[in-house]
Amino acid sequence: MRKNPTKVFKGPGPKEANVLLTSASTVMNWAQRSSLWPLTFGLACCAIEMISAAAARYDMARFGWEVFRASPRQADLMIVAGTVTNKMAPVVKKLYDQMAEPKWVIAMGSCATCGGIFQTYSVVPGVSHIIPVDVYIPGCPPRPEALIHGIMTLQMKIDGQVNFAANPRKIEPGYRGPSGEETV
Amino acid sequence: MTDNLNRQGFTGGEPEKHPAVAAIRNDFPSAIIEVENSCGQVWVTVLPSNSVEILLFLRNNKELEFDFLSDLTAVHWPGRRGAEFEIVYQLYSTSKHLRFRLKVRLEEGQDVETASKLWQTADWLEREVYDMFGISFEGHPDQRRILNPDGFEGHPLRKEFPLQGRVRW
Repeated sequence: MRKNPTKVFKGPGPKEANVLLTSASTVMNWAQRSSLWPLTFGLACCAIEMISAAAARYDMARFGWEVFRASPRQADLMIVAGTVTNKMAPVVKKLYDQMAEPKWVIAMGSCATCGGIFQTYSVVPGVSHIIPVDVYIPGCPPRPEALIHGIMTLQMKIDGQVNFAANPRKIEPGYRGPSGEETV
Repeated sequence: MTDNLNRQGFTGGEPEKHPAVAAIRNDFPSAIIEVENSCGQVWVTVLPSNSVEILLFLRNNKELEFDFLSDLTAVHWPGRRGAEFEIVYQLYSTSKHLRFRLKVRLEEGQDVETASKLWQTADWLEREVYDMFGISFEGHPDQRRILNPDGFEGHPLRKEFPLQGRVRW
């Protein structure tokens, strides 16, 4: 890991940042990045790698990410592990909306990143079309080490964020549901 | 093991020697369009008018007992005028260890009678064929899409359907 993660990911500049609360931000960032609770949520073969990352050999619990929550209300990290189909897209969106702020999203593997090999009528070409993504992990599927690296990258990103400041999230424009309706 | 499985089954050779072919020849001579054999797999192509009668006959015949419909699907042949679609029934007889394939030729827009009265599993398989090819099944208890979302437009396994779909991202 880099020594000074704030230089890697810049948050809002000094104008947007609330000067009085910068130290509080540091503490909050430390707290948030140190206990990321992922949502128990797998869509395809990437989920198997995610499970093995959580199991004894790779043991994600060492980093404070051990509590996979079965309810989106209690989770603050969504690992989109697998292919997002058009039929599943509304469900993924609903789960994301049900999560309480602050929340982050990791797109794990080629399918969640860009649709992967499935350039077809039934697959969303990247989960970023429906929800904002913080970290992309390449691989088909990525090994558990890659997932752990991805979450560590997210931790660096959280370290760089400035709390209590405008922090707009972006999704790729133009997502339409299977019958052309606007869903976002 | 192999010997045991093939004891009563069809071991290859002339398709006419397959017991199901002989039985259809005997009872429904006018329905047959063609009989073919590939790698020991025999199939008979029939007209849609009495396809379910033939299936019922294959299921109930004491010599055949095709009690299991292992698959039901369709094929789109856009170049064949008047016979654009084929419904394919994959049958298996658990008592006779026999496999048989029945094809029914349809033209664009033509309906076919449901086989869900004979095998319960045909219910969902016919829904899949309806979803992917747009072929309607007369008398189907619940004909709606099964794989694609309800609002989906078009039938993706038709050859004219664009591979990447019609949704613009």
